[in-house]
Amino acid sequence: MKHILVPIAALLAAALASPAALAQKKYDPGATDKEIKIGNINPYSGPASAYGTIGKAIGAYFKKVNDEGGINGRKINYISVDDGYSPPKTVEMARKLVEQDEVLLLFQPLGTPPNSAIHKYMNAKKVPQLFVATGATKWNDPKGHPWTMGWQPNYQTEGTIYAKHILKNKPNAKIAVLYQNDDYGKDYLKGFKDGLGAKASMIVKEVSYEVADPTVDSQIVQLQASGADTFFNITIPKFAAQAIRKSYDIGWKPVHYLNNVSASVGAVLTPAGLDKSVGLISTQYLKDPTDAAWASDPAVLEWTAFMAKYYPEGDKIDAANFYAWAVAKTMEQVLKQAGNNLTRENVMKQAASLKDFVLAASLPGIKINTSPTDFAPFESVQLIKFDGKQWVRFGEVMGK
Amino acid sequence: MNRRALIVIAVLLAAACVLPFLVSNYRTFQFTLVLVYAIALLGLNILTGYNGQISLGHGAFYAIGAYTAAILMDKFGVPYWATVPVAGAVCLLVGFLFGLPALRLEGLYLALATFALGVSMPQLLKYHHLEKWTGGVQGIVIAKPDPPFGLPLNPDQWLYYFTLAVMLVMFFLAWNLLRGRIGRAMMAIRDQHIAAEAMGVNTAMVKSLTFGVSALYTGVAGALGAIAVQFVAPDSFNIFLSIVFLVGIVIGGLASIPGAIFGAIFIQFVPNIADELSKAAPWAIFGVFLIGFVYLLPYGVAGAIRMLLARLARKGQNNRSPAG
Repeated sequence: MKHILVPIAALLAAALASPAALAQKKYDPGATDKEIKIGNINPYSGPASAYGTIGKAIGAYFKKVNDEGGINGRKINYISVDDGYSPPKTVEMARKLVEQDEVLLLFQPLGTPPNSAIHKYMNAKKVPQLFVATGATKWNDPKGHPWTMGWQPNYQTEGTIYAKHILKNKPNAKIAVLYQNDDYGKDYLKGFKDGLGAKASMIVKEVSYEVADPTVDSQIVQLQASGADTFFNITIPKFAAQAIRKSYDIGWKPVHYLNNVSASVGAVLTPAGLDKSVGLISTQYLKDPTDAAWASDPAVLEWTAFMAKYYPEGDKIDAANFYAWAVAKTMEQVLKQAGNNLTRENVMKQAASLKDFVLAASLPGIKINTSPTDFAPFESVQLIKFDGKQWVRFGEVMGK
Repeated sequence: MNRRALIVIAVLLAAACVLPFLVSNYRTFQFTLVLVYAIALLGLNILTGYNGQISLGHGAFYAIGAYTAAILMDKFGVPYWATVPVAGAVCLLVGFLFGLPALRLEGLYLALATFALGVSMPQLLKYHHLEKWTGGVQGIVIAKPDPPFGLPLNPDQWLYYFTLAVMLVMFFLAWNLLRGRIGRAMMAIRDQHIAAEAMGVNTAMVKSLTFGVSALYTGVAGALGAIAVQFVAPDSFNIFLSIVFLVGIVIGGLASIPGAIFGAIFIQFVPNIADELSKAAPWAIFGVFLIGFVYLLPYGVAGAIRMLLARLARKGQNNRSPAG
């Protein structure tokens, strides 16, 4: 009798417990017991198609997550679509993902103009627009846009950090600035000027270039002629390499600050010439897998193994693939925290309560922190200097 | 227009009217874009199909229309419906003025001049002295209009009907224009401009006006497109848009009014199908579609339908003749 009672009791207990367990499970469209639907918009075609690899690498990472059992037992159903970096197409695709595919959230839409185009729509629909792939400052607006969140350190924060470093180490510097004539360049420049504050007159020359320009050689010559002894270089990889090479070749040797966007050894310094890059100052928040300093780092090794198995056609010199891996891990963490309460509201709540979350991909001492009033996950960076072979970290972690 | 054509139009119109109640809001939005593109393509078709002038820069007029609407709504609080005629008028003027010198150029040279306009437009929109109007690279976000008079429609459905109404007016006006004296003058210039001139057609004037009217149509489409998408930015109007318009009219059918609708359906939906088929090379798939269409339907969709109807009519006659 006793033997029979035990299983019956167990069954009863399970029957009594299960409604409670069921009650804990809460779902919005896109989430079920079996899967979580995540939408993604990337430029697989068009002028920014070089970034298309991010969407593919994220897909590869979620495949790995699924192979290992998914998140809390649910598989990720990752739906990635192409917008060709064209804002009207982004609107159409966001509507397709939200209204037709009924995804739980949008993850990593790429670029400032495409994200601007859907900013209002996503917030009106109350669907998370999470960890957008742009460094513009406006994504950190929990009051006005509580459904949108950035990820990387924003450009203004970084610009301010360079300004502070200059004020501290070279208070009489004569500064020359080269920037890309768009929101990205101007955001950096604004942060930089805010950081200089009353001393903004230290900037003796400001020159811009268009992303369609073939080279920035003439701009560099102009900046040299201004007599500046400090150079803040706000350029994307192709132009950064040109600027480093040209200023070296014409014998201009300022203290050279290079924005993080182009701080890749493989993609920028190697083509520019490693010997010509000695002394460059920049910032980092993620490890650079092309930097020899990290060759045996566990995170980089894990990433290399992941790339080999799940995304073998991906370029291992392209920092975008490392970035994709890191940001996908952040998404995974948020969904893990959300547990069985997979409502859009709870997803945002979990994204806004990352406390001292450490990504293995980020530099030592740099953590992700968010709160209901702080929608900027990365807010600190590490100053780095190039010694001819690799970036060397110096000073303490700066920022918040 | 015979009775059968009127019946076909009435049936299609009825279908267009019930459509928003049969499909999701997202699809309704896509069909709104089809209507918008149809107006733009009709504009380009008036120029290229009926007047024989090739433009590779109509995306620029689309952009001007879109920005006119967005700036009026955002900076001056003008209601959305009032921005559409203004956008058309601005584009008529710009198109006419651009047409005056450009039309001294023939064929490929005009194509290059318009290409220059199309390719420079995104950068002009970023020009920093215009930034306080255009919002620079950030563009302008505009609010979605609500249905008026308490109509039991959601905003997507309302916008669809609004766009449909504008489209019908624009198509009717074009039909009226093209079958009249001016339309005949346009086609005469296309087919044999020396003969047209000899018959007393003021070719320079007609060509400039055609350019202006064509720009007007595209500008109206741009304004409607901006209202539907609720956002304008320079990156929305790159040179590719102009090329896509040209693709649309050729696929739809040159010198055909309904062809504009077929072309619009093609440029709206085929890129999406291509993207679903392959992430790695969506444009290669698009290219295959394009070659397929050009090869199988050399006179566009409208031309193919026309030939099919003609063949059916002939068959009908043949069948009837023994009896009669």
